Amino acid sequence: MSTTAAPSQFASVQARQTERAGFGHLMLAEWTKIRSVRSTVWSLAIFVVVTLALTWLFCWLTVHALQTGRAPRRTAELVADPVTFILQTGMGLGQLAICVLGALTMTTEYSTGVIRASLLAVPKRLPVLAAKCVVFAALIFVIGEIVSFVSFFIGKAVVHPVVDVSLSQPNVTRAVIGAGLYLTVLSLFALAIGSLIRHSAGAIATVIGLVLVVGGLLNLLDSYDWGRHVHDWFPTVAGSYITRIIPASDQVLSPWQGFAVFCGWTALLLAAGAYLLKRRDA
Amino acid sequence: MIEVRDLTKKFGSTLAVDHLSFTVQPGRVTGFLGPNGAGKSTTMRIILGLDHPTSGSATINGNPYADLPAPLRTVGALLEAKSVHSGRSARNHLLFLAQTQGLPSSRVDAMLDLVGLRPVANKRAGTFSLGMSQRLGVAAAMLGDPQILLLDEPVNGLDPEGVLWIRNLMKHLASEGRTVLVSSHLMNEMAVTADHIIVIGRGRLLADAATEDVIARGSGQSVRVRTPDPERLTELITADGGRAVLTANGDNSNGAGQAPALLVTGTPASRVGELAASASVVLHELTPQLASLEDAFLELTADSLEFGHLESASARLQAAPAGLPSEPAQTTDGSIR
Repeated sequence: MSTTAAPSQFASVQARQTERAGFGHLMLAEWTKIRSVRSTVWSLAIFVVVTLALTWLFCWLTVHALQTGRAPRRTAELVADPVTFILQTGMGLGQLAICVLGALTMTTEYSTGVIRASLLAVPKRLPVLAAKCVVFAALIFVIGEIVSFVSFFIGKAVVHPVVDVSLSQPNVTRAVIGAGLYLTVLSLFALAIGSLIRHSAGAIATVIGLVLVVGGLLNLLDSYDWGRHVHDWFPTVAGSYITRIIPASDQVLSPWQGFAVFCGWTALLLAAGAYLLKRRDA
Repeated sequence: MIEVRDLTKKFGSTLAVDHLSFTVQPGRVTGFLGPNGAGKSTTMRIILGLDHPTSGSATINGNPYADLPAPLRTVGALLEAKSVHSGRSARNHLLFLAQTQGLPSSRVDAMLDLVGLRPVANKRAGTFSLGMSQRLGVAAAMLGDPQILLLDEPVNGLDPEGVLWIRNLMKHLASEGRTVLVSSHLMNEMAVTADHIIVIGRGRLLADAATEDVIARGSGQSVRVRTPDPERLTELITADGGRAVLTANGDNSNGAGQAPALLVTGTPASRVGELAASASVVLHELTPQLASLEDAFLELTADSLEFGHLESASARLQAAPAGLPSEPAQTTDGSIR
């Protein structure tokens, strides 16, 4: 690495011939950050492959079981609400990749020290978080909607022999689009937790613990009236109602109400993350 | 210009920066010295808006860092702690920084060329050597062609070539009229780089003066002289008002044919040479001792070392006369001594 260049060339007209930096520039910068690390590509590839492959596999296995008269409970679910079955099986696991990516998008800023470079460039701090949220949510929205629709059509083809589903049936389009919306909000939910916890392992464990474990455990409260409310108001449970066609028997919130609750929780966590970003030493 | 006014920073009950005030002027390299844990990095982080001060203020051209509209075009910083994603390429790291300031991507390539990283621009930064990482840090700092530069321990761990590169770069940037603040815990490094020195210890200001003055105010410069005729030279130096002592390795018993060495204080090297020439005394060596710079530093910081009293006590034992009357730490120390 021999450098003979005169340092005086550090000064340059290029640096002065510039437009005033605005929020658009920040979004562009966040896009550069997101696309230039491998974790983004890997997480999204895993999300797409796992979701689509498992959707196909679960649907195929269940249809096969139905045709041969086995696994009556699972097959009953498929027959009762095929669209929900299609949208929640593969995506149920695939969403974990989104959780991981959402948390990492924020925590790697801290673990790698890039947060210092980011905040030196944008000392007001909050625009960094805002631009990151907008860019990341837009990315997940586009990929999430594509995966939702492809999942739906894969599932539709597989379950065709036993039950007919189509986008023209009532509420089906809402559920399919809703699955992509759910993933978008989930990605921000994970990002918000990343901004609060700041450590990759802790943030990932927290998000996945909330989505998989706590959400499931709250099912145990469904024999109490208040327990159903607690269950329904839990962020990811409430958010997932938008992907259902037929409400669960004990469901308290409507699909859009549930989605609004999920958005509310996410906004609350993001606000807390923003407050701490502003307050804490970086 | 960087202005720090009555700056205080507490981490819990630990006082990291203690009512610190100083000004960094453009057109010269200002060294920011202090032992490890003296509060140098914290002060720099507060100037850069990364840490919030407990009280007091730090401003850049009169404004807090956070109020700068495109900060990287006013201030460039090279922090000691790394701030690059190991999986991101050098180009993408610089590119996102450029984008936040509305700088064109051609500026990224220009910087990569200038620091010599163009050939590895698309390699992951995690694969870089320390020297290459520092170059990337310099490229990031210079991206917006800032008039003010803050460099935190920039030569730490670098090989001699890297040290020289950073040194020349800092001098050059200052000669262009930029404000350069560079921290170090090595007095000798600053002695060859900085025009002005700010010394802190335990978060408090110990000295703020031109480099020569800080050195001169130290224990006094010493000169090592080798001569086959130490007695005659000692006489001459003593007559001139200086002091010369035969050093241990100058003792003839272990000197394998080497001329004995004298350690001279109170008489500069040039005067020793003149005295020797006037009396036709042969000299084999005449070396101003840089060690006294470290002494000056140790003396200044003797009371403010973070690690217990051991170093403090030993430094006090070594400490030669004349402390710095203007320094509070030194005055209290004087009464103990």
